[in-house]
Formats: sequence, C-alpha cells, structure tokens
Amino acid sequence: MKKRILIAKPGLDGHDRGAKYVARALKDAGYEVIYTGIRQTPESIVNTAIQEDVNFIGLSLLSGAHNELFPLVVEILKQKGSDDIIVFGGGVIPTEDFDFLKSKGIKAIFTPGTKMQEIIDFIENAS
Amino acid sequence: MSSNREIEEKHQKWENNLVDKTIKKFPERQKEFLSGSSESIERLYLPPENETDKYVKDLGFPGEFPFTRGIQPTMFRGRLWTMRQYAGFGTAEESNKRYKFLLSQGQTGLSIAFDLPTQIGYDSDHPMSEGEVGKVGVAIDSLKDMEILFDGIPLDKVSTSMTINAPASVLLAMYIAVGEKQGVSRDKLQGTIQNDILKEYVARGTYIFPPEPSMRLITNIFRYCSKELTNFNTISISGYHIREAGSTAVQEVAFTLANGIEYVKAALKAGLDVDSFAGRLSFFFNSHNDLFEEVAKFRAARRLWAKIMRDKFHAKQSKSLLLRFHTQTGGSTLTAQQPDNNIVRVAIQTLAAVLGGTQSLHTNSKDEALALPTEESVRIALRTQQIVAYESGVTNTIDPLGGSFFVEALTDSIENKAKEYIDKIEALGGMISAIEKGYIQKEIQDSAYKYQKDVETDQRVVVGVNKFAVEEAPPKGLLRVDPKLREIQIKKTNEVKKNRDNAKVQKSLETLENAAKNENTDLMPPIVDAVKEYATLGEICLVLRKVFGEYNENIVL
Repeated sequence: MKKRILIAKPGLDGHDRGAKYVARALKDAGYEVIYTGIRQTPESIVNTAIQEDVNFIGLSLLSGAHNELFPLVVEILKQKGSDDIIVFGGGVIPTEDFDFLKSKGIKAIFTPGTKMQEIIDFIENAS
Repeated sequence: MSSNREIEEKHQKWENNLVDKTIKKFPERQKEFLSGSSESIERLYLPPENETDKYVKDLGFPGEFPFTRGIQPTMFRGRLWTMRQYAGFGTAEESNKRYKFLLSQGQTGLSIAFDLPTQIGYDSDHPMSEGEVGKVGVAIDSLKDMEILFDGIPLDKVSTSMTINAPASVLLAMYIAVGEKQGVSRDKLQGTIQNDILKEYVARGTYIFPPEPSMRLITNIFRYCSKELTNFNTISISGYHIREAGSTAVQEVAFTLANGIEYVKAALKAGLDVDSFAGRLSFFFNSHNDLFEEVAKFRAARRLWAKIMRDKFHAKQSKSLLLRFHTQTGGSTLTAQQPDNNIVRVAIQTLAAVLGGTQSLHTNSKDEALALPTEESVRIALRTQQIVAYESGVTNTIDPLGGSFFVEALTDSIENKAKEYIDKIEALGGMISAIEKGYIQKEIQDSAYKYQKDVETDQRVVVGVNKFAVEEAPPKGLLRVDPKLREIQIKKTNEVKKNRDNAKVQKSLETLENAAKNENTDLMPPIVDAVKEYATLGEICLVLRKVFGEYNENIVL
C-alpha cells in the first residue's frame, strides 16, 4: 500500500516554499501526499492526519516556534491514541534544538540543504 | 552601418576560427550557460545597431525619463542610499535597545520587524499566538508598546520603515500617535509602511481580509497620507517575498509591477488623482547572487515602471514616474552550511543593489539560515554595506555598468519578458483575478520547484551544500528569544486594559465598526482615534474581521 504523508504548517509562519517543495517532491516519488496550507493549529493538524489516515506528519516552520508547536502535535496525537503516526519536522531549526525535539517524539529534523533522498530514506526506514 | 557589418563579420570569423579551435581542445565548462532566471547567456556581447538612437531612447540620462540609469541626476555622488537593517525581536524594550545600537553603528534609518501575531492582527494572548510572540519581530499589542519601542528616538530625525501589511493602518496610526506625544507634527514624519497585501496572497501569507476590503484599506491610507503624512511612503510594493517564494528575477519584476498597476487602478477608482499619490509609491526588491542579472533587473524595472506610469496612467509629474526602491539581500540564498560563506554572498548581492541604483538597503546577516541574527553578525552585515559605499569606489560614478553590452542586453530582455507577463495578467483581468485563478502562485511554484530540482541534481552549484561541503560542528551563540516573553507581554497588555477608559475604547470601536460597514467612509481617522484610546491591535482587527471576513488561501501545489 502507498504510504500517506501529511505535510503541515503549524503556527502563523507563511513561508511555505519548503513545505510545498517537499510535498510535491514526495508526490513525484510516489507517495500519497496531503498538504494543509498555512496557519494550522496543532489540533487541526492532528484531526486532518487522523481523518486522512496518514502514516507520517511532516511539520514545517521557519518562525522559531518549533519548540512550542512541534511537541504539541505529538502530545495531541498521544491523547487521541494515534501515536503510531510518525512525526518529522523541517525549517529554520538550530541544531541545538534537535535533542529537545527528539526527546519530545519528533523522529527526524531536516534543515535547508537536505537532499530529498534523505527524507525518502527516512520514510522508508522508519516504517 | 558598415561598422556594424564589419563587427558582425569579424565576430563570425572569430567564432569559426579561434573559438571553435579552442573549444575542440578545451571544451567550455558547460554546454549552456544560464542566468539565475535560466536565461541563456551568450559567449560574447556586442554593441547593438544604431547605438546612439537606442541610447537616447532606452537609457537617457540619470534623473531623466526613462530613468534606466537612476532616478537622481547625480545618484550616489550626491547622497548614499539609506542603510536600513530590518530588526526587531522580543519585547519593545529589547528592540528599542537594538535600534539604538544600530543607530550608534552608523545605520541611517530604522526598519521595524513585527512578530507574526502583530502582522496578522492578533494580540499576544490570542490562542494562535502560542509560540510566536516576539519570535520573528517585536510584539506590539497597543500604543503603549509603540511608545516604548520609540522611546528616546526622535521621529522627526529618523525615518522608519515598518514591515506591516494587513494591519498597516493600525501600526501607522500608532506611529502617528507616538509622533504626537513627542511633539512631532504629521508632516515631519518620514518613512515607509509596506502595506502591500497582494504579495501576501501569493507569496508571504500574512493576510487577514479578502482582497476587496484590503484594497480599500490601502487606498484609504493613500488618501489620508496625501493630506496628512506628506513625507511618508504609503506603500512598498514588494517583489522581495515573491522572489523568496521561488520566482525568477523576471517574474519578480513582472509580478511586482503588476501589483503596482493594481494599486494605481484601485486608487484611481477611489477617486484619487494619479499625481496626488504616485510620488509616494515605493518598491522593494530582492538581490540574489547573479550579479549582472540583478543589476539589469533593477534597471529594467525602473524603465518599465516609468513607461507604465506615463503611458498607461498619464501621470504628469516627473516624481510620479520614479521607481524608488529598497533592496534586501536574498534570505533564501543563505545556507545553514558554512554560514561564514554567507558574508561573501551578501557582499555580491550588496554590490548588485548598489550598481542597480537602490535608494535603501538591508543586508542579511550570516546566521539567518539558522536563527535571528546576533548583534555581531548584524554588525558585519552593516559593515558590508559601508565597505561597498566607502571603499569600493563603485559609488564614484553614476550607473557604472551602463553601456555594458551584456548588461544592456539583459536589461532589454528582462524588460521585454516582464512586459509579456504583465500583458498576460492584464488579459486575465488584472492581478486580483490572476491571483484568484491561482496563476501567479503556480508560476512562482514551478520556478521554485525547478530551482530546487536543479540544486538536487547538481545542475546548479551551491557552494558548501552540493559542492565543497565539509563536516562541521553546529554553530554556537545563536540568538534565542525567551519563550517566557509571551507571559510578560500578556501581563503588560492586561495592565494597559485596566488603566484605560474602557467606555471610551468601546465607543471608538463602535465608531470604527460603523465606518467599516460604510464603504465610502475613510477608515484611518477612526483607527487613529481608537489607537489613542489604547484599544489593542487585536481588538481593532477583530472589529474589521467581523465586518470584512477573512481570506482563505487558494492552495496551489
């Protein structure tokens, strides 16, 4: 079965070039991709993920609110008993935040300069 | 004429004999050389035919139509551009400190970065503000914050650019109110509000209202400023974000000027005389790494706009034809890998902006692909401008690249291709209609996708990313904004709400609501009144949200 991936932008950040590129490139690579558009709340992202029955959520954020908003998505997934959905993130994220985010359940972080193949490898190996 | 034929013959001979022979032995590095916009670059550029006629028609003299060589007769020999670093983070107190630091380092104008809740008309206590307060700019909830932000900064001496769009009217009203408290009359206030909503729908995303009421707010500001704030730039029509979203240089010119056309049309429709506002329109462009293409882009944009204003809108005053612009170096060209390399990129981009005749410049800091810049990295960025201004010598003559066969050919090509786009947009019914159809978004995204693919497949070199990469330790000492800041900001705004006259606030908000409901009423006066009563940004925008509704993104993948 094709893997289903939700690409989502939490918070108020409107820089969607990276998110849209990843969404389109994953689609080209043969995955089922859903893109939420900008300004989603962690709740609405989780609801969409459950509704669309996805295997992965990719979160993109460039505003610096990742330490607050990424863990919230994982937390709400847990509350709703959907923590089998794997969450990864990307954007302008300092390396020094990686450990914190991983401790909160974000499985991988991809920053600018990442090759698509690395994301695809992650998706293939994580499930 | 014979000389042109002679050159052409010699050119052919050179290609056939010398070049062919050389290429057989030493092939060129690439089959085809491309500009940043994927324009094919010729091996050698030669003077066009009838060169003097062409010169008079297409270039002319600096300060004269069509302004290809610059908007002022003496350009940087007279006065350098304004060095204006975009800055702001955390609270008004912290940002005020950063502004005073930048002014002490020789910066000549302020440029205010607001946080995302402020840009989208939410107070810090709104649920959507979670995690975002003070992050990408300063948090402004009420006039109180604005008073702190400009404390000790004389508004009659410093010009201020405010990057604010959907709620531009509210922040402008606060600026006016701070000026009043400092005893500065409105006509003495100098600066720019970005106030460009159309690019928000296609590239940046900090919109609030649908296009129609958004355009009304903008033309209301044009009208208000043409009478009250006569030294204020009422809009900064921004290609910057369009480019950052992934457009080419050609698309940046085309879509920005097409947006400009839409604003002019809206203002004319609102009954304004073109010469009453056109002189206060300003522009904002990006500067990327392809030096000559960028220089050509600025020159082409200037020429195209002058023609549009003269021929399409019949502007009479010379001032109305001028494309005055601020430039920012390209944020998306910065790499998180080997961040010191970004200093060099910014230097090249600075040179392009200056050779292209910019009026104002922000240089990005080396660490911005990782976080907000530190004081040290901002200083290097500012010094880069100062070195170009004072040491490079490129400011000693006007339009130094004018007449370069290559640059003139590129300038013509960008102008022509941008014009084709503009005609196409007009045929689609104008910019708003083109946006609603998703045409602009699709064009930008296709370019962004192609660019990224080219990088992924090594067709395009990004030093330190797909070539010359090294193992590197994570950078240290990045700027962090305290997450506790939101609590502090909420407490401060609650204080303001406790100490103001709430009956007066309610009354001012009702007056605003009634004004919003009547299309023919100008919104600036009731907004200024509400701000002075310390109504918050969120309260004012909520009233407008109720009357105008909110815009929903047209997602194009």
